[in-house]
Amino acid sequence: MDFKTFVFYMFATIMILASLRVITARNPVHAALFLVLAFFTAGGIWMLLEAEFLAITLVMVYVGAVMVLFLFVVMMLDINLDRIREGFWSYLPLGAAIGLLMVAEMVIVLGGSYFGLDSMPEPPAAAAGYSNTRELGRLLYTEYVYPFELASLVLLVAMVAAVALTLRHRKGTKSVNPSQQIAVKRNDRVRMVSMPTEKE
Amino acid sequence: MNFVVPNFAPAYAELFVAAMGVVILLVAVFLKQSARPFAYLASLATLLGAAFITWYTMDGQVSYTFGNMYIDDLMGDVLKLMVYFAMAVTLLYSRGYLTDRKMDRPEYFVLATFATLGMMVMISANHLLTVYVGLEMLSLSLYALVAFDRDSARSTEAAMKYFVLGALASGLLLYGMSMVYGATGSLELSGIAQAIYHQAGNRTVLLFGLVFLMAGIAFKLGVVPFHMWVPDVYHGAPTAVTLLISTAPKLAAFAMTMRLLVNGLFELADQWQAMLMFLAIGSIVLGNIAAVAQSNIKRMLAYSGISHMGFMLLGLLSGVVDGDSRLALNAYGSAMFYAVVYVLMSLAAFGMVILLSRAGFEAENIDDFKGLNKRSPWFAAMMMFVMFSMAGVPFFVGFFAKLAVLQAAVAAGYVWLAVLAVMMSLIGAFYYLRVVKVMYFDDPLDASPISASADLKLVLSANGLAIAVFGLMPSQLIESCVAALAGSF
Amino acid sequence: MDGLLQPVVDLFGPTWPLVWTLVKIVAIIAPLMICIAYLTLAERKVIGYMQVRIGPNRVGPLGLLQPIADGVKLLLKEVIVPSGASKGLFIIGPILAFAPVLAAWAVVPFSDGMVLANVDAGLLFLLAITSLEVYGVIVSGWASNSKYPFVGAMRAAAQMVSYEISMGFALVCVLMISASLNLSDIVMQQGQGRFADMGLGFLSWNWLPLFPMFIVFMVSGIAETNRAPFDVVEGESEIVAGHMVEYSGMAFALFFLGEYAAMWLVSALTSILFLGGWLSPVSFLPDGFHWLFIKVAAILFLFLWARATFPRFRYDHIMRLGWKVFIPITLTWVIVVAVWMLSPLSIWK
Repeated sequence: MDFKTFVFYMFATIMILASLRVITARNPVHAALFLVLAFFTAGGIWMLLEAEFLAITLVMVYVGAVMVLFLFVVMMLDINLDRIREGFWSYLPLGAAIGLLMVAEMVIVLGGSYFGLDSMPEPPAAAAGYSNTRELGRLLYTEYVYPFELASLVLLVAMVAAVALTLRHRKGTKSVNPSQQIAVKRNDRVRMVSMPTEKE
Repeated sequence: MNFVVPNFAPAYAELFVAAMGVVILLVAVFLKQSARPFAYLASLATLLGAAFITWYTMDGQVSYTFGNMYIDDLMGDVLKLMVYFAMAVTLLYSRGYLTDRKMDRPEYFVLATFATLGMMVMISANHLLTVYVGLEMLSLSLYALVAFDRDSARSTEAAMKYFVLGALASGLLLYGMSMVYGATGSLELSGIAQAIYHQAGNRTVLLFGLVFLMAGIAFKLGVVPFHMWVPDVYHGAPTAVTLLISTAPKLAAFAMTMRLLVNGLFELADQWQAMLMFLAIGSIVLGNIAAVAQSNIKRMLAYSGISHMGFMLLGLLSGVVDGDSRLALNAYGSAMFYAVVYVLMSLAAFGMVILLSRAGFEAENIDDFKGLNKRSPWFAAMMMFVMFSMAGVPFFVGFFAKLAVLQAAVAAGYVWLAVLAVMMSLIGAFYYLRVVKVMYFDDPLDASPISASADLKLVLSANGLAIAVFGLMPSQLIESCVAALAGSF
Repeated sequence: MDGLLQPVVDLFGPTWPLVWTLVKIVAIIAPLMICIAYLTLAERKVIGYMQVRIGPNRVGPLGLLQPIADGVKLLLKEVIVPSGASKGLFIIGPILAFAPVLAAWAVVPFSDGMVLANVDAGLLFLLAITSLEVYGVIVSGWASNSKYPFVGAMRAAAQMVSYEISMGFALVCVLMISASLNLSDIVMQQGQGRFADMGLGFLSWNWLPLFPMFIVFMVSGIAETNRAPFDVVEGESEIVAGHMVEYSGMAFALFFLGEYAAMWLVSALTSILFLGGWLSPVSFLPDGFHWLFIKVAAILFLFLWARATFPRFRYDHIMRLGWKVFIPITLTWVIVVAVWMLSPLSIWK
């Protein structure tokens, strides 16, 4: 077992354990943090596959941004664990049966004989000076420009939808307009009154 | 780096709609409240402009662009024109409804424009990626539109159901796509077809992928057993959005089915026809029987939509008989005809629901149609046309649509299937005719005259008359559908 | 040199690359820790003089041993874990705040070829690693099981995530004109240009053509490190010390070190990306590590100066600046640079 294989198995073990803890952790915040760990190790595995752009982007986008916001929500919500766990045991047999069935199906289909190294040979090693990032960028902006641009529009739609569904202009809030606030002059706020000196 | 700038000409319509969507969004940000009709008018103008572009670039040639990810053929052009038409009519019908309920914010029209773009992308997709991206663009817009009346708990619940089930369906579809890609090594539909033709790849994996693709397609079409969302979403969504969901997206779903199954996996027709048969029987039986029990007209129309989609599948599943694909063109033409006719009828049916609604009142129960003849004989007649046509009463256009798909099924040797479908549509006639009965023989619950804007009344009348008129000369419409397909395959 | 090292290489055999890397890591970390320690002293001194005080002057000559005394004091203090705190996370929090800042130094080039890991996607790596810092804040804030830390953590996280975006866009501009994500390449690219040929290298550095991005990056850097005037996280007047309220002893010291290490990192990045890294400003002086150090020190001085000068920003103003000012500016500038690069006026051919 060379060093790379060792690292792979280490990452894989951590990732599987972390994923398990995501669903078994009692505390939702812990679960979310284990998900972060799982993402991070997934990034590590991609790095081993020499997909460094994807690996780093995974960490940057999912770990650095998405999960932070996710944690925000989870931390602020008052999740009642007992309510969630209600009926756990009554659903368990059915859930386990379906789960096992899916595992069996996936083993059958994804087993070595269909997607193994015989039918899907290892790609040729990358040439020296090959930059994963550069290649991806080139492909995205040339050959795949059509779906790429469409995907950006999908994100725009998601943004418009989120704003349309959540933005409310509340009346009577006490928020101030900073530019007006900054533009205030002395004369707007202070009135100089010349008064005669009072005599005792 | 050897990269040729793609030929943009076949996709001008898509580029135009995308640009307009962004422009409407940007302009609306800076407009005052008083300039609200802008977004509505601009989105109508967008549809009109796109229709012009599609019409003038329609040349009957099959051309590809963007590295074969985009296909421009006659079927696509015809379906796109239908989509523009359906969307424009939808927006026309919805306007008063939206204004009454303070839902006519610019975002509504921006989302509708992007939904149109998503449908266009799906219709012209020649690549699994573009199929998926188009589908997501459409679905995301629809999820948001369903929840657009955000203070209504029912709408929000419907949107939530739609979103969760839709995301699941997208996942299944993607899973299927990845299997198909794994088996054939191509994401491009023509490449997939070639790989299967040359017996490349593993059959088991391919069939596995096909099953998942089929699940995704079935969800989009809303057929049994992936129909659960349909009644809840139709019922929960604001009627204007129900109108939108039940019309143009059906055409896009039809196009997606054609692209994936016929353009891509035609070699596996035997397998997917068997699956479609299961879906079709389930939908026709369940749709018609469940619709009988509904007292809410939106739910009733939802179940009727399920059964209509089942009928449409009858056309799709009778293309290839024992490896012989001579009948395919006629069969697929009948399915396309059915889809177009269904959209026409659905537009009118939900248009009627909108017509009877007014601020603070939803005419969504069948009881609300009671005595419509006394309030407005003209629109009672229109509704009667729609109901007769949906039931398949002879000499309305719906009859010929049913006839065409049944002929295709019989020609393919599925006589028992045709008999079953006819029996079920007899059951279906009951609930359509019930609506006609309450309109003509019951006393109105509220005798106030119908108040609606002139444009709604005018277009709705034209829509109702079209159902009757096309019934008198259905052959043109069928022939143009078959011709569109003949020019594409 | 090679001959001298040979017996050591033989001694470790196949594990030598690992050992050598460890040695290099220590060679970076140890001076860095000293720098961090003395930055605290520099801060107190600089602010002291700006406020017409002398600053610490008791421990050692001129107060030079003050950081060491502080360190010893914090080490000897007890780490108190509040009852009801999530113990594991409470301990992990400060580590998460400190470790990423150190890890980021792996790709920072100190001079030509003097870098621990000369990876191609160095800039991306930096962005990814620095985006992890926020976990230290929210994890410790939440794990403390107390209201002030939690509110502080939420504030800090929102602020850091917001300013990361404008920082990222500023970096996009830089990598567009250097056509590389490798930090060494980015520095070398700044050594070329019309002014560099004339011997006035400092006019060819990125700060001039990307001036708005330079400013945005610096200000975002201050916000990203939660330093004054963006230090609402620990605003004493409202939420005491934010996520650090419940921490004491060495756990607190880690946050403290993390903050100052982040300042060093941001300053080093600014120097490398916009001020030509180790390049000499004029051609008659040789390039070298000392230039980087001088530039970093100058930027750090700006950090301290800003703290002594500006009043604290109000929180909504911070968010407004990030989202409504910086992000539109940077987005526009990305487009401007792209058009500039494709126009005949491009200076980066």
